[in-house]
Amino acid sequence: MKKILIIGATSAIARETARCFAAAGDALFLVARDPEKLTAVANDLKARGASRVESFEMDANDFDRHGLILHEAEEILEGLDIVLIAHGTLPDQKACEASFAETEKELRTNFLSVVALVTHLANDFEKKGAGTIAVITSVAGDRGRPSNYVYGAAKGATSIFLSGVRARLAKSNVAVVDVRPGFVDTPMTAAIKKNALFASPEAVGRGVYRAILKKKSVVYLPWFWRWVMAAVRFIPEFIFKKTSL
Amino acid sequence: MTEAFESFESWGRFPKVRQDVFRPGWAADPIPFEKFSSVLPYGQGRSYGDSCLNDGGTLIVTDRLNRLASFDAEAGVLRCEAGATLEDILGVIVPRGWFLPVSPGTQFVSVGGAVANDIHGKNHHKAGTFGRFVRRFELLRSSGERLVCSPAENADLFGATIGGLGLTGLMTWVEFALKKIPGPHIDVETLPFHSLEDFFRLSDAGDRDFEYTVAWFDGLSSPEKFRGLFYRGNHSAPPDRVKAPSMNLRFAVPFNCPSALLNRWTLGAFNRLYYDWNAHKPARHSVPYRPFFYPLDTVGRWNRVYGRRGFFQYQCVVPKGEPGRRPVAAVLQEVAKSGQGSFLSVLKLFGDRASPGLLSFPRPGVTLAMDFANRGQKTFDLLERLDGLVRDAGGAVYPAKDARMSAASFQSFFPRWREFAKFVDPKFSSGFWRRVTL
Repeated sequence: MKKILIIGATSAIARETARCFAAAGDALFLVARDPEKLTAVANDLKARGASRVESFEMDANDFDRHGLILHEAEEILEGLDIVLIAHGTLPDQKACEASFAETEKELRTNFLSVVALVTHLANDFEKKGAGTIAVITSVAGDRGRPSNYVYGAAKGATSIFLSGVRARLAKSNVAVVDVRPGFVDTPMTAAIKKNALFASPEAVGRGVYRAILKKKSVVYLPWFWRWVMAAVRFIPEFIFKKTSL
Repeated sequence: MTEAFESFESWGRFPKVRQDVFRPGWAADPIPFEKFSSVLPYGQGRSYGDSCLNDGGTLIVTDRLNRLASFDAEAGVLRCEAGATLEDILGVIVPRGWFLPVSPGTQFVSVGGAVANDIHGKNHHKAGTFGRFVRRFELLRSSGERLVCSPAENADLFGATIGGLGLTGLMTWVEFALKKIPGPHIDVETLPFHSLEDFFRLSDAGDRDFEYTVAWFDGLSSPEKFRGLFYRGNHSAPPDRVKAPSMNLRFAVPFNCPSALLNRWTLGAFNRLYYDWNAHKPARHSVPYRPFFYPLDTVGRWNRVYGRRGFFQYQCVVPKGEPGRRPVAAVLQEVAKSGQGSFLSVLKLFGDRASPGLLSFPRPGVTLAMDFANRGQKTFDLLERLDGLVRDAGGAVYPAKDARMSAASFQSFFPRWREFAKFVDPKFSSGFWRRVTL
């Protein structure tokens, strides 16, 4: 039985990954903002076979409480094997362009809060010499595009941060998994017209689960995004700047 | 929030309609009914015709309401949000020794859809419909009221919602009773038969000792060369040496097939192959439950074989009648005469367990289901003639599979429809409902 902490446990992808853990009979500690949604998710995971489900209300932007929550999870589950950080928002790019305050808010949610959590976790796991830290980032972090570069910057910065932490913790037997989904059919992308590139949260959630168990370093979900993004990164800047991707 | 979506269609892919989509993420989410002219719940879109479509209105798509609320593995009671699929539920309950009380021919339907169509399965002769196992559900009405309905509370809405085609409000969660099983396998026997009377004899004999019975027959074969396979089975534990489950083989039809591909010769060859393949299997063997209940689920998007124009499934129930004067024989004769038969067709005897559903389709007699490619007017004409035969026999046609029956036919098949109409929520409607209540 594994012991898993999930931050942003009511997000569509995290929920599907949590279902995989539940089906395997693991113990889960769920953290999210909305108590009503948290209860619905916790009941679902219990019914699906999780050996234990605890939940805790927290806003990931409440940095001061991070230390407490990690301590609490570790104490209640009597240990911690895996932490999945899955919270996030899709910023309104136009609003961010118009206002730094808006941009700053989005960077706090999508970048700094992850840095705060991982800083705690890295030290903790480094001491123990074991554990897996998985974070859901995005293919949007692979290159800044005019349509959503604030989100892209937050996710890309997170990926760079994780790459450093991964190299630091490799000696301590701690895995750092950077999961980069492409378009996923979730409430976050409700306003975007669905096309063949969209994946279901079930498929992506299962992919996250497999990546965590295999302790992969960087995973694109679904797999084809690795090659799509390789191509996107390859486009020379003088051409790229004329696109409206 | 309204979702950006190209289109939602029904399984038969006819008719093509335009509608907006509202997709709640949580069962407790309020729904802004005042913003919509009319709404209709839409689960997995496995109804064949327009009972799951709302041309010019809004669909409330329930696929995200798929959480389980509780599973009592001692008593065998499951409570879940209405958008949960039977496939998902089976994956949770079967390993713990439970099964669906009633299972349709595909596992890719939602629980809400199962209740709203009061679905039946191969055990109808023993168990009746799905609605008989529903204990409670919550119904969200357009007034914003959330009503818990059961045989004891709001009993009239309970009865109207079971088989009520999603018209009485939005079911948010459903609680229903499961069935204890010894294991995930089915002991199945396959018996070839060569006439309609043989089917009735096999049914009368098999329905006593077997939980599940159904017959597949070649709808293209002439009465002299009638070819059918009678399946009967019971739950069992897996045999000691388990073969790898054949369900892993999954592929999907990648595009719309040209309709010329489906003609009397290709279909005839397919049916003959299917018959020969299965008639020569060992008479008795043990199979995992999925290939037994859901053989077509291995082929994703199989509805595309009928091409862009879509297809009709025609399912009726008629009284058994007497040998030599079987109403179902008259229906089959009419189909044979038209030369529009199709893939494998299904026959099954319904039992007499009454459903709590006011508008429930199953009733004692024999049910027949056949597919017809949409070949325009001549297909409509044939199905209209079949409706006439079913009406004369005092039977009914299944709304979940219908895209064209007339208002007069519906009202004669479902004489309690006016009583039902009183419970229809004023904001809820469907293409089907507008058509049959003209």
